[in-house]
Amino acid sequence: MAHRYFPHTPDDIKAMLGRCGVESLADLYADVPEALRLKEPYRLPASMTEKEVRDFFRALERKNRELTCFAGGGFYDHYAPAVIPSIISRSEFLTAYTPYQPEVSQGTLQYIFEYQTMMTELTGLEVSNASMYDGTTATAEAMMMAVAASRKRNRVLISATVSPQVKEVVRTYATYHGVEIDEIAEENGVTSRADFEAKLSAGAPVAGVIVASPNYYGIVEDYTGWADTCHAAKALLIMNCVAADLAVLRTPGEWGADIAAGDAQSLGMPLSFGGPYLGFLCSTKALIRKMPGRIVGATTDAEGRRVFVLTLQAREQHIRRDKATSNICSNQGLMALYATLYMGLLGANGLREVCEQGAAGARYLAAGLEATGKMRLKYPSQPWLNEFVMTCDFSVDTLIERSVAAGLLPGIKLSESDILIAVTEMQTRADMDRLIEIVKES
Amino acid sequence: MNREYYGKLIFELSHPGRRGAAIPSNGCPQSPQLPESLLRTSPLRLPEVDEPSLVRHYTNMSNNNFGVDTGFYPLGSCTMKYNPKINEEMASLPGFASLHPATPAQAAQGALEAYWTLQNALAEIGGMSEFTLNPFAGAHGELTGLMVIQAYHRSRGDHKRDTVIVPDSAHGTNPASAAVAGLKVVEVKSLPDGTVDVEALRPLLGDHVAAVMMTNPNTAGLFESRVAEIAEMVHECGGLMYYDGANLNPMLGVARPGDMGFDVMHVNLHKTFSTPHGGGGPGSGPVGVRKGLEQFLPNPRVERLADGTFALTVSSDSLGSVSATLGNFAVQLRALAYILTLGSEGLMEAGPLATLNANYVKESLRDLYMLPIDRVCKHEFVFDGLADKSTGVTTLNVAKRLLDYGFHAPTIYFPLLFHESLMIEPTETETRETLDGFIDVMRSIAREAAENPEMVKTAPHHTPVSRPDDTAAALNPVVKYFDL
Repeated sequence: MAHRYFPHTPDDIKAMLGRCGVESLADLYADVPEALRLKEPYRLPASMTEKEVRDFFRALERKNRELTCFAGGGFYDHYAPAVIPSIISRSEFLTAYTPYQPEVSQGTLQYIFEYQTMMTELTGLEVSNASMYDGTTATAEAMMMAVAASRKRNRVLISATVSPQVKEVVRTYATYHGVEIDEIAEENGVTSRADFEAKLSAGAPVAGVIVASPNYYGIVEDYTGWADTCHAAKALLIMNCVAADLAVLRTPGEWGADIAAGDAQSLGMPLSFGGPYLGFLCSTKALIRKMPGRIVGATTDAEGRRVFVLTLQAREQHIRRDKATSNICSNQGLMALYATLYMGLLGANGLREVCEQGAAGARYLAAGLEATGKMRLKYPSQPWLNEFVMTCDFSVDTLIERSVAAGLLPGIKLSESDILIAVTEMQTRADMDRLIEIVKES
Repeated sequence: MNREYYGKLIFELSHPGRRGAAIPSNGCPQSPQLPESLLRTSPLRLPEVDEPSLVRHYTNMSNNNFGVDTGFYPLGSCTMKYNPKINEEMASLPGFASLHPATPAQAAQGALEAYWTLQNALAEIGGMSEFTLNPFAGAHGELTGLMVIQAYHRSRGDHKRDTVIVPDSAHGTNPASAAVAGLKVVEVKSLPDGTVDVEALRPLLGDHVAAVMMTNPNTAGLFESRVAEIAEMVHECGGLMYYDGANLNPMLGVARPGDMGFDVMHVNLHKTFSTPHGGGGPGSGPVGVRKGLEQFLPNPRVERLADGTFALTVSSDSLGSVSATLGNFAVQLRALAYILTLGSEGLMEAGPLATLNANYVKESLRDLYMLPIDRVCKHEFVFDGLADKSTGVTTLNVAKRLLDYGFHAPTIYFPLLFHESLMIEPTETETRETLDGFIDVMRSIAREAAENPEMVKTAPHHTPVSRPDDTAAALNPVVKYFDL
């Protein structure tokens, strides 16, 4: 009996083989040398029924612990309205390919156009592409963009306060792409201005400078004058950002940055153990032809109606091959729809409210933790939004272990004594009081 | 699909004072503000829309879109097979969806086990030793694979290898990935029969070659029968063999890249393993390696420890990291559900049925469309446009006319081997009736091209919008609402 995903009856197969002028399915593989052929079935389990598949996954699911999440580090537990999963599971969006045929893909093209608009609003920059894989690869692509835009320079500076995952991926790309990466030192949790200026003026000419806001420790850094310093040295300023925070924080555009790159998971996306998330990449208009990935533009059809198409495709791998701006092909299309729905539902006021709730909760929790006398803010003089580093008098491992046992993930371990803690609108005061109690007893 | 054009943008529905979501409150008192200098001062112009209007907007918009669930999608090299619904349900189970990537291993054992189980299933199907599931898409997998290859050469103190050889029929991502990985690209010609010219390859090999990338079956849908010989030549000169898994589907149940002599490969979970394309992602591009190369895979890796539990590990020999996390995890769950649903026996059938569907369509149209290479194809094949070239009707015209009949267009003008490439991949999930319907329409279009070429050249006529002006879009790019 045929599998339910395969419609072929024995009669179908016989008739179709007849049309092809062969006797058996094996005849269609006569050109595969005998020595290369699979000699036995895959050593994999037998076909499962739908119920068995569901039971299998439920059993795995039960081996995970659902925890109240105070972990951030670039990925946050936010509320997602029920509308979002409902719309993104519409098969017209879900089961479509890249919109190469605009006449039957206006749905995809329109939401990407809306997405690009919303991202340029968030970042304060002029253009956005249709998405990148995640924040780490988006930042690595920004690094390559800066190198390409500079033509002859291949040195990039990155601040020590950028997330370690972003730094690691940027370094990996740089190693193979032939780019020299220099780290700008950190001073009291923020990027050292003196070291930035020293590294910019000494050594090989710099193509780009990568900084973060907020940085990995949750600190909102002050980049007044940095863009001018970069531009005077003919280097581009690249800012790695948490998308949702840009509803309240000074934008990369306002800082004078040339490129904004980062992760947009913070726009309500499920944590899903790491993905799918959404990388974003925005830049000034001057850099649009150096951008990687898809870009959607407006135009008119033969009847003069406003319609949307993939544009500036001469940058891309399917046209330009090894001269393309990047190798990216599939991106995170459906997650761009996710972000668009989130921003459309919340609006500017909703996004601000989310930031304010996080900031309010984080201050309540930080104060409560400090009041135990066993933990204190590591960078008390620095401004922060909803994420902060605490230094503990006891082992962070112990705190994580006890919290997990109590159903809480207290944060991300930075060292034996430091922990990075984030708060959003999702954790209640009661949740925070529980974490404070655990610390008291530790 | 609704053939009436909807065309509105969410910004045009905006009305000050409306909102579409209520934010939960954590009940904490509002706190003092950050310094003014750190706050945004420019307005954030997002739409203000109520929930019902927003739902209607995106529903209407979706009705102008064509997906696999809408109709036949014979897009060559994209493997637009059915995307099973159970996979979607499994991917959104709350016990997976709520897991933060920094969750300690002991609280994420089920997720790590899912990753490990899929990694092993892919190793069995690919004939490889170990897979990483971290790469986010096929091109990202290629890049990762080329980094593995370079990490291997460098680990042996072999720093001369700066070149990748790709066939002229390769997907554009192959040379582009090589360039991102800092490698030079040299093309090797194809023979008139569409396969790699082994004699042309021989003089290109040497101690500067890091790898040869191949797609097998290649982009013309033809099996590279001399692959084992090529692998031997490449290995002899110290290079490695890279398998582009974009066309793995017809090999299911038939042959494994590892047995063909490939050292490193990627698979596209959104092609062979049925995860939805999502209008251009999220995909997933796991990379597999043969024994001896595992330590070069990107960090972190998932391992099963002696006590049967699962852990994340990092290797100092690794190429580095290509992602913040373990990749597009929810996409991986879908692929695992697919593999379990098909089981060994179902997977064994998938490849041959995909190949049967492709050959059936090819044989049914070869009298009216030019078949440049007359061989048994695998999952896809390429026509070089209409057989009758006198009408002036191009491949683009045929593709657009297909849209009028309710079919998605094939891949056009790729591979670059032919001027009028029309690349058709039906996949195994289509019925004979659907294929017959497509064949009838393709024959009608050939007839129309002879009888009324102007009508075909001005197609499409019955889609939500007609042909857009691409030139105007590129000359003066308008890429956001506020620039309209």
